[in-house]
Parts: sequence; C-alpha cells; structure tokens
Amino acid sequence: MHHTIEVRDLQFNYPDGHAALRGVALSVAPGEKVALVGPNGAGKSTLMLHLNGILQAGAGEVIVCGLPIRRETLGKVRAAVGLVFQDPDDQLFSPTVFEDVAFGPLHMGLPEAEVRERVERALAAVGMSAYAQRVSHHLSVGEKKRIAIATVLSMDPDILVLDEPSAGLDPRARRGLIQLLRDLPQTMLVSTHDLRLVGEVFPRTVVMDQGRVVADGPTAQVLADAALLDAHGLEVY
Amino acid sequence: MMHIDLADHYRRGSSRLHTLDPRVKVLATLLFIFVATILPPGAWLSYALLFGATLAAAWGSRLGVTYALRRSFVALPFALAAITLPFTVRGEPLTQIAGLTVSVEGALRFVSVMVKSWVSVQAAILMAVTTAFPDLLWALRELRVPRPLVSIISFMYRYLFVLADESLRLQRARAARSAEGADPRRSGGGLVWRGQVAGGMVGNLALRAFERSERIYNAMLARGFQGELKTLASPVMTDTDRYALAGWVTFLAMTALIGFVFA
Repeated sequence: MHHTIEVRDLQFNYPDGHAALRGVALSVAPGEKVALVGPNGAGKSTLMLHLNGILQAGAGEVIVCGLPIRRETLGKVRAAVGLVFQDPDDQLFSPTVFEDVAFGPLHMGLPEAEVRERVERALAAVGMSAYAQRVSHHLSVGEKKRIAIATVLSMDPDILVLDEPSAGLDPRARRGLIQLLRDLPQTMLVSTHDLRLVGEVFPRTVVMDQGRVVADGPTAQVLADAALLDAHGLEVY
Repeated sequence: MMHIDLADHYRRGSSRLHTLDPRVKVLATLLFIFVATILPPGAWLSYALLFGATLAAAWGSRLGVTYALRRSFVALPFALAAITLPFTVRGEPLTQIAGLTVSVEGALRFVSVMVKSWVSVQAAILMAVTTAFPDLLWALRELRVPRPLVSIISFMYRYLFVLADESLRLQRARAARSAEGADPRRSGGGLVWRGQVAGGMVGNLALRAFERSERIYNAMLARGFQGELKTLASPVMTDTDRYALAGWVTFLAMTALIGFVFA
C-alpha cells in the first residue's frame, strides 16, 4: 500500500535565493490526520504549495496517492489534493458561494448534474447549504473558512491540506471547525499555530523550523516536550 | 469589522421585473438606450413614451414609481458634456448669454440630449436594482460579451470590496496615530510630509493587491484552473421572458417610428 503523501528530501529556494525548504522528508498514511506546526517562516506554507504542484520541487520528490508530481500528473494530483489557503478571500474568488464551490468540479470537466450534486453535498458537509446564492463578501470569517473548505470538498479529494484553518476565528466558529475537522474522513495535513486545536484533533504532529522537519511523532509526546517546543518558539497555552 | 458597499445597489424582491430572465433585462435596457440615442432632437412624444415606460417598469418592480426617477439625478452632471451645443450649433438666434449667441436649434438639441440621457439612466438603474450582480455577469456571458471582459468585471466586483476594506483599515491606522502634540499648530505635519504618507498608502495598497492576485491565481490553479474559466450551462428562457422581450421590442420600435415620423 502506498502512503498518501510521500515527501523525500524536498528542497526549494525562492527566486530571491532564500532557501525555504532544506531537505524535508515526510510521509502520511491514508486516513491519517497530521498537524504541521512551527514558527512563521518555517516553510509550512511552502511545503503545502508543493503538495499540489503550485510550486515545483527544486530537488527531491513529492509523491501524492502514488503519483509523482510532474506536469503530466498535475491534473490528477490537483483532483486528489484539496488545498485550502489561509486567507478565505483568496480562496473565494467567484461572485457567489455556489460558483466558488462549483469551480473545482467544473474545471475537472464533470457533467453539470454531478457538479450541482457535489456542490450541494460539499455545502451540506460544512453546514452551509443555505448560503449557496450568497455573495462571499458579506459573510463572516468563520462562514468564509467553512465555505473555503467546501470549495475543495466538492472535488472529492483523498487528501485535505489546510493552511491555518482556525486563524481569525472566534471561539464558537473555532469550536465548529474542530468538530468539522474531526468529522471529515479525508487524510489531513493541517498547518496551525493553535496547539490546543492540535491536541484535540490530530493524533500526530510534525514540527518544522528553518525549512526542516525537526520533530515528528504522536501529538501527546510532542506537546509534552517542553524543551523542543521552547527551542522552536511554540507554546501550549 | 466595517465593510464598504461601493456598488451593491441590488434590492432583493420577487416582482415581475426581478424574476425576469437577466438576459432579457440586459437586452431590453441596451435596446432602450439605443432607441433613446437614435431618436431625433425634439421628438417629444417619443421621449414621453420612453419616460412613461421607465415609470411603468419602476411600478412593476414594486420599488415605487419614482424609485429610479429620484436616483437618476446623480448622472445629470455627465450630460453637461453637451453644454456647448446651444452655442456651437448654427441657427436662428434665441438669446445672448455673456456675449455668446444661443441658437434655437442648439438649445433644442441640448434639451433633447439631457432628456434622452436622463431616461436612459433611469432604465439602467432599474436594471441594476432588480438584477443581482452575479446574474448580470451571467447574462453578459450568455450574450457573448468576450469572456476575458466578463471575468475582469467579475473579479473586480469580488475584490473591489476587499481592497476598499483594506484601504479603510489603512486609513483607520493612520487616523489612530494622527494625534495632536502640545502645540496644536505644529501637529499634522507639512503638506509634503502628508503627501508622502498618502503616497505610501497608495503604494502599499497596490503592492497588497499585486500579492493578493498571485495568491488568488494559485488558489485557482489548486482547483484545476487551466487557463479557461468554465461556467454551468444556462437555464432556458421561459415563455414569459420571450413575450416580455417581444412586447418590449415592439414598443421600442413603435416609439422610434413615432419619433421619426412626428419629429
């Protein structure tokens, strides 16, 4: 059985020469829910952009669902990996919620009836069915975050990659998000600064700093390692 | 957080005008403006018919007969572009203003242009307030307006608000730090300094917009965008829509005819 996400010795430099990833290795098994933590600038977002081929590996390899990421496999990879960006205003770019959730399935070339059905299912999964005809601008941050997740759920991905899903949420919206992340069956890799969220949802935690994975293990063990957390600027509240 | 509603004039409703197919409304409005434009100067009866039609449509929208009328005056200053007509069109002198001769023909043309643009603006307002913006975009796409153009309008509509909110936050951040010192006369800085601050804010906003556009493009790529925006096919027009459009076209044709025959 292949691992769902397999990253081998991934290196990446930004065009200005700044090294963002210096040999990242990571594998995630099907159905696993993994938290990705680390200070700002650790390379978490850069790593996530590699997982569906937005950025091309400088060196090393990324394999998703058994598919090495190359130009020919990009379409399949992007259907398999649902990547949700941190700022929902970037994720929701269409005039209405419906059009945004339909964007993925439409561009996968699915027939119209199925697109509509998937939009309905995805919005129902995040509890936002009543919002289909709404204009994104008028929604709250919490509502936008949920709909942002629906925009990739409609593509029926095997893997969800979420960048800071709880940033900017009030306690109630955050509680709802935690419930949602628990209920969703997909394999998950979620970057966050919210270590209490990590403790509640994710059995496994990966710590990144300065472009490398510095720790990887059961969440309870990682969060109990005060010296490790302190060395990488993390705090359990 | 405060939001800015720059361009959202849509009024929710379920009137006949609201439920009409957006394509019909766009076509009807364009035809209306076309007819108003080609009518000869001084075709008062036709102008009255067009004005009556806007009143009837406003009544049909259940927003109040004078809804569009009251809002149409905003656009009048633009019609002043025609202000030179009374002076430049040759003809029988009517009167003199500041040494310039006003001709009868020129005055007639000027008043006609004002009336025509005024009723056209009313028609456009009625279309905008009874059609949700996304529906309007959809109608434009269906009417074969070039895709890139519709996409640009669509993104503009989505992000104008986001950018406006961002600039609002910048302005608030500036206001929060614009305090007054011990000597009020020296507070606020010089004109050059204030200009620099404002310029910096504009530049900052442009940079943010640029960075956001890259993130949006990435978000589109991540969901399978390959260079061409796809949309769902359109629902068919109902008979009501067709009859409404046919009736409207007949009315406009008659109005134009009357205008040319009785001018």
